[in-house]
Amino acid sequence: MKNKSWKPWILLSPSLIAVFLLLVIPICFVIVYSFWLRAPSGADIPAFQFGNYAKFFADFFYPSILLNTLRVALETVILCLILGYIPAYFFYKTESRFKPFLMILVMLPFWISFIIRTLSWINILGDSGLINHLLLKYNIISTPLAMLYNEGAVIMGLLQYLLPFMILNIYVSLDGIDKSLAEAAKSLGCTEWQAFKEVTLPLSLPGVSAGCLLVFVLTCGTYLPPMILGGPGNEMIANLIFKRIIGTLDWPFGSAISVILMVLLMVIVYTYNRYMGIGQIFKTLSNES
Amino acid sequence: MIKIFTLLVYIWMFTPIIAVVLLSFNPQQFGSFPMEGFSFKWYVKLSHNSTILDAFKNSLVLGSCTAVLATAFGVPAAMAFIRYEFRGKEFLNTLLIAPIMIPEVVLGVALLLFIRWLQQPKSFALLLIGHVVLTLPYVLLIVQARLVGIKKEYEEAALSLGANPFQTFREITFPLLAPAILAGMLFAFTISFDDVTATLFWATAQNQTVPVKIFGMLRNSISPEINALGAVMIVLTVSTPLLAGYISRKFAKGIGK
Repeated sequence: MKNKSWKPWILLSPSLIAVFLLLVIPICFVIVYSFWLRAPSGADIPAFQFGNYAKFFADFFYPSILLNTLRVALETVILCLILGYIPAYFFYKTESRFKPFLMILVMLPFWISFIIRTLSWINILGDSGLINHLLLKYNIISTPLAMLYNEGAVIMGLLQYLLPFMILNIYVSLDGIDKSLAEAAKSLGCTEWQAFKEVTLPLSLPGVSAGCLLVFVLTCGTYLPPMILGGPGNEMIANLIFKRIIGTLDWPFGSAISVILMVLLMVIVYTYNRYMGIGQIFKTLSNES
Repeated sequence: MIKIFTLLVYIWMFTPIIAVVLLSFNPQQFGSFPMEGFSFKWYVKLSHNSTILDAFKNSLVLGSCTAVLATAFGVPAAMAFIRYEFRGKEFLNTLLIAPIMIPEVVLGVALLLFIRWLQQPKSFALLLIGHVVLTLPYVLLIVQARLVGIKKEYEEAALSLGANPFQTFREITFPLLAPAILAGMLFAFTISFDDVTATLFWATAQNQTVPVKIFGMLRNSISPEINALGAVMIVLTVSTPLLAGYISRKFAKGIGK
């Protein structure tokens, strides 16, 4: 047994080295940089001070973007849950022979580019998009409705991106529930709705919460939908990071915002893990293929 | 009720995607409704745009390299996690899967900062290592899930009959694992091919991928050319896994006989 103990380490070493070198160390760099100073000339000065964090919380501007991000994430989670649970429940219940086909259709968006799915909403919601075109054509309205460049459009884009994650998480959880349990409840006098509420729904909660966490975390880390579909007031925290790093090349401040985002999400994931266990998410993700 | 609602969700999910494909055939100058005829004009225009073709080539090469490297790293790691017991296994498994839970923006910033500190220019290599980090967790999860289902006894039988560990892997484990490896590679390829959030941090004007190119084109306005490029991307990234699934099913049937 003893001579075998080095074997897994050989198998693991390429991945471990890669992740350590390309993930762990770079993230340490972000943390270190967040304490640095930025000279007026634009140069970065090594230092240890909390000025970048102080700047973030100095006035209401940055914290309000943070709050805005959390609010949009929460709205997205709730809508995803409503839009996602019912199709997942349908897959669980249905005996249709089209089920595999319908399942593949749900997975399809995973394979379609995020940026295309996001910008595709311009064709629908824009001034000359599908909805306005139809409404104008049938004389329901006389001027195009402004549906783009607001929070609603951003949430549309986010939902389009995240709904498959939610549906699959819930479905994987539902799929593990023995259907005879609900049948038993019904034979004991429960109505269809009671059987769902008392038996199926509680048993599917691990998938629901895993889906919610995943959707929340992914929403907080994305900047594309607000950038493409949102207006000036719809920026999220990831947009700030992008602007600081790519736009103004303010590395120390950009790093500080990244650290704030990371800490926030870590607290959320940690709290979740305390109560639910993170394994559920990985279980679903490995099913995605 | 449930059926109707599900149908509505499907319609909601796919209308924008169908609209992209439909509008790409619209000969009108502005990429919007109404449709005025049917033409391949924008596709022809695309095929003459050398920067887009370059981005396409770059994306294909990048995606393929990422797929190969991520599986080369991920398969041995999955073997270690499923087949061996060692200290710190849980922790290391979580560490390797962690990139999924770290926001992509932060990944983008982190690697860019590191490269800058090393005083290396942004290059193809940066895109490649970045994409390997992004895709490795998915490959690991997919291969692990499959490996759990392959009985250890097959490998032990081969070993006890005198095969060395390498032969055992080549003759027993690999053929059984092949579908998962293929799935992992495809997943890695598509993630790499589609990624934009982190890639925007790493790409340069000389080193673009198709989504980064689309992002750049979008700055002006949504043109029919973007719709056409989008349609090409959709067909490509959707047909690859479907085709692979079909081939592997056929392949599996062939072996079954």
